[in-house]
Amino acid sequence: MSVIVSHLTKTYGEQKAVDDISFSVDSGEVVGFLGPNGAGKSTTMKIATGFIPPNNGTVNIEGLDIQDNTIEVKRIVGYLPENNPLYLDMYVYEYLKFVAKLHGLKKTYHKTRIDQLIEMVGLGRERHKKIEELSKGYRQRIGLAQALIHDPKVLFLDEPTSGLDPNQIVDIRKLISDLGKEKTVVLSSHIMQEVEAVCNRAIIINRGRLVADDKVENLKKKIQGSITFHIEFAQAIDADKIKEINTISAVKAVSQTVFEVTSKSNTDPRSDLFDLSKQNEWTILEIRTLESNLESIFHQLTQN
Amino acid sequence: MIAIYLREINSFLSSLIAYLVIGVFLLITGLFLWVFPQSSILNTGFSNMDSLFVIAPYVFLFLIPAITMRAFAEEKKSGTIEFLLTKPVSDYQIIIAKYLANLTLVLFSIAPTLIYYYSVYQLGNPVGNIDSAGIAGSYIGLIFLCAVFTSIGLFASSLTQNQITAFVLAVFLSFLIFEGFQSLSEINVWGKASVIISKLGIAHHYNSISKGLIDSRDLLYFISVIILMLSGTKLILDSRKW
Repeated sequence: MSVIVSHLTKTYGEQKAVDDISFSVDSGEVVGFLGPNGAGKSTTMKIATGFIPPNNGTVNIEGLDIQDNTIEVKRIVGYLPENNPLYLDMYVYEYLKFVAKLHGLKKTYHKTRIDQLIEMVGLGRERHKKIEELSKGYRQRIGLAQALIHDPKVLFLDEPTSGLDPNQIVDIRKLISDLGKEKTVVLSSHIMQEVEAVCNRAIIINRGRLVADDKVENLKKKIQGSITFHIEFAQAIDADKIKEINTISAVKAVSQTVFEVTSKSNTDPRSDLFDLSKQNEWTILEIRTLESNLESIFHQLTQN
Repeated sequence: MIAIYLREINSFLSSLIAYLVIGVFLLITGLFLWVFPQSSILNTGFSNMDSLFVIAPYVFLFLIPAITMRAFAEEKKSGTIEFLLTKPVSDYQIIIAKYLANLTLVLFSIAPTLIYYYSVYQLGNPVGNIDSAGIAGSYIGLIFLCAVFTSIGLFASSLTQNQITAFVLAVFLSFLIFEGFQSLSEINVWGKASVIISKLGIAHHYNSISKGLIDSRDLLYFISVIILMLSGTKLILDSRKW
């Protein structure tokens, strides 16, 4: 096991930010840390990277306890903090060199490694700019580069794609997937698609408590998820007829031609909808999923 | 640790702070030493530099907090403190690197005043008629005074994420320890204790070193205050763990 978190508890005053959380991550695994805002994701990461200590419980990384071997653990962990704090007055290259020095990398190795990283995260054209001149997407890349500079065994990424445009998100996700082949990656997010796209496993926490920890496919199967579809017809139709389909639990009319249809648990009503339309000679213009399985699981687990 | 030290120095040099601090210090001390008739060496006609060592502590009382106020306050505000504290460096290394960087900048601003010494040396009648040993003592006193102010500034900066609060707090604490104890001891209620109270302040020790009398007790006093303040800073950094 690469990362073992056991019985972690952290209280801020009266409030329990993290409440008895235990999980473990194997090396080479990409794990998504999911939860609504304020669930305790960032707090857990801050503890695991040695920024703050827990009130109770332990974090063990690659066989080293974070409390006893803080400095050693920091050497093998890469961390992208929430909101990606950077020294804005520094130049990109200068900053990465500073981080390399903090990690005690060999001086002769600095240039090769920084060039490699700049290539890897796609900062080529920005390398001689000041960080404050860069847009959020590029700053995020610098954040990732600094977390990777010492080739860490374990990566903690706190909301790595927040504030990026869709193309950048695809790039960064691809990069994370690639990294996951040889490193242990724990990333936090509140975007389901992200976790579905890059993670093997999802850990869902809510109000400091662990509510689910399983492979993404298993989570989808295990929980009785219903799916909501958005459906649009070319002509006005009779909504009651849709309700009669036995795989459908609810129909909400958005307009005369547009409906939001919710399926019963573990069923797919799309072929039934198509058959019904054929019988009545309705023309379907569009069917799309409004809420994925994982999203509905997330809602079920975190709403009470 | 050297990496952090160099980064701090670079950040001073790439912003206006360094040039502003050095410029303002030299301008003010220059005016007092050579231009203003009441304290001007040319006017009084004595070949000494007393007015520099009288005025410098008051200038530094405001300038040093202006240098040190950003040390930790800015890092706390922007969140880079989290970045720094999750890198494989210890809290002590961070504090000492920052302390030395800030002190270096202050020493940079003192260094050009050696030109004043040279000028007075040349103006003396006969040339070289100046108490060099006394001035060396005064410089040592001034450097220790700056070292104490810097440690106080660093401590104040670690207490808050607002730079202005850090500045005001540092000026207040520096003033208290520099002048406060001395003035307090002069109130006529302490009896014999007044000597001890006066010894708690910098003024007592600064004046005695300025006379050219380098006493180990005075040095011990300065070093103790510095260690106390830097330990206080470490304690505050640790408070995130409570």
